[in-house]
Amino acid sequence: MLRHFVITTLLVLLAMPAFAIEHLRLATTTSTENSGLLAELLPPFEKANDCHIDVIAVGTGKALKLGETGDVDVVLVHARSKEDKFVAAGYGVDRRDVMYNDFVILGPKSDPAGIKGLKDAVAAMTRIALTQATFVSRGDDSGTNTRELQLWKAAGIKAEGDWYLEAGRGMGEVLTMADERRGYTLSDRGTYLAYRDKIDLGVMVEGDKRLFNPYGVIMVNPARHPHVKVKLARKFMDFLTSDTGRKLITGYRRGGEQLFYVAD
Amino acid sequence: MGYLLESLGTALGMIIHLNGEVLGAVGVSLATSLTATVFSTVWGVPLGAAVGVGTFPGRRIILTLLNTLMALPTVVVGLLLFGLFSRQGPLGGLGLLFTPWAMIAGQTVLATPIIANYTLSAVTGADPRILPTALTLGAGRLRGTWQLLLEVRFGVMAAIVAGFGRVIAEVGVAMMLGGNIRGYTRTMTTAIALETSKGEFAFGLALGMVLLSVALMINLFLNLMQQR
Repeated sequence: MLRHFVITTLLVLLAMPAFAIEHLRLATTTSTENSGLLAELLPPFEKANDCHIDVIAVGTGKALKLGETGDVDVVLVHARSKEDKFVAAGYGVDRRDVMYNDFVILGPKSDPAGIKGLKDAVAAMTRIALTQATFVSRGDDSGTNTRELQLWKAAGIKAEGDWYLEAGRGMGEVLTMADERRGYTLSDRGTYLAYRDKIDLGVMVEGDKRLFNPYGVIMVNPARHPHVKVKLARKFMDFLTSDTGRKLITGYRRGGEQLFYVAD
Repeated sequence: MGYLLESLGTALGMIIHLNGEVLGAVGVSLATSLTATVFSTVWGVPLGAAVGVGTFPGRRIILTLLNTLMALPTVVVGLLLFGLFSRQGPLGGLGLLFTPWAMIAGQTVLATPIIANYTLSAVTGADPRILPTALTLGAGRLRGTWQLLLEVRFGVMAAIVAGFGRVIAEVGVAMMLGGNIRGYTRTMTTAIALETSKGEFAFGLALGMVLLSVALMINLFLNLMQQR
């Protein structure tokens, strides 16, 4: 028994170098992970370059923080204002547009605020606030949360009160909560489609250009964090913006719908 | 090291200035955990005492069950009650999910087996002559058991503290059933989870220190009680 154990342990130790492929650490948003896009996008790159991409899926705010502290090599996020600040402060270099999708305002079928079919997202948010209909906010500093706050700002409304629930959780959990509390929420279309069968919420407002949601990829600045794997990171960014990568992104379907589009 | 020290400084600043967010989370934590502890005590202590002194069929099964429930994972409790309180669930009509009441229900389920078990240990560990003596003096079975509990009150107190300790420190049930809604169901533990996920390390640390101080104060208070 003991001998077996020792032999196995030795074999495992001997096999270790075989596992020592290069790892690239990518901090990204919960929406790219939840939508299943990464599971489609990463394996071809990993195979071609004999590496492994460690995905850390968090909100945009936290993803950028991980980039600041040098805990990751690359960030893939969606909050342009925050991304520009990140690059301007010298935390990241070489930002590139990768793709975009859009946000939708979801709500219960009963539509107490009467916003279904409105073309103007800000007007819809104003109506939700005026009727004090329940609204569930991500409240977690994510890209979606950032956009929601921009919409309130554009409407000139300070969202607070019993009707405004700040969940401080991921998109999936917030969809569940909005469904349970019969409230409205702002969601990226990808996560909504992934959850559509589980919840009773419908799309109330879509198509406003203010609901447009671009994603960018940024390399963590190697001048600040020398351990960043520049070569592999650059290869990965090239791959995302290459024809192969673009085809994979636009070809990805969920529930028969295309989730992400690439900028021409 | 500088990063940690800096965070520690920020955290202390927040505590000293009684940051509203921190206070709110502390309030929700204490309110839900204390309520749940009261409920758990109301049926956990009698249950433990009954199993301890009683001789009835099924006693062994209850014993085994209590011991198993001690190790109940919080997410399992969260999951079961989520199904119960959800709009699709049997109690969906009450609309309790994502309210403090759902949290209290979950925490009660967690604390009851602990309080019952510790009470049981206290009762079985007591002087075996207490109950017969009380009975000889003319007390009924109920009155005798009450006397016995009075004799081992420190053990029972420890049981209640252990139950409280479990629910104030746990995050699974509070997160799944309460939903971490700011100013409503956001507790110290769910706030720590949130701030960490936002990358706000200092704020998380401040909350962690508050959580520790609360535990310390409660234990100091109990120590004082025991010395009387």
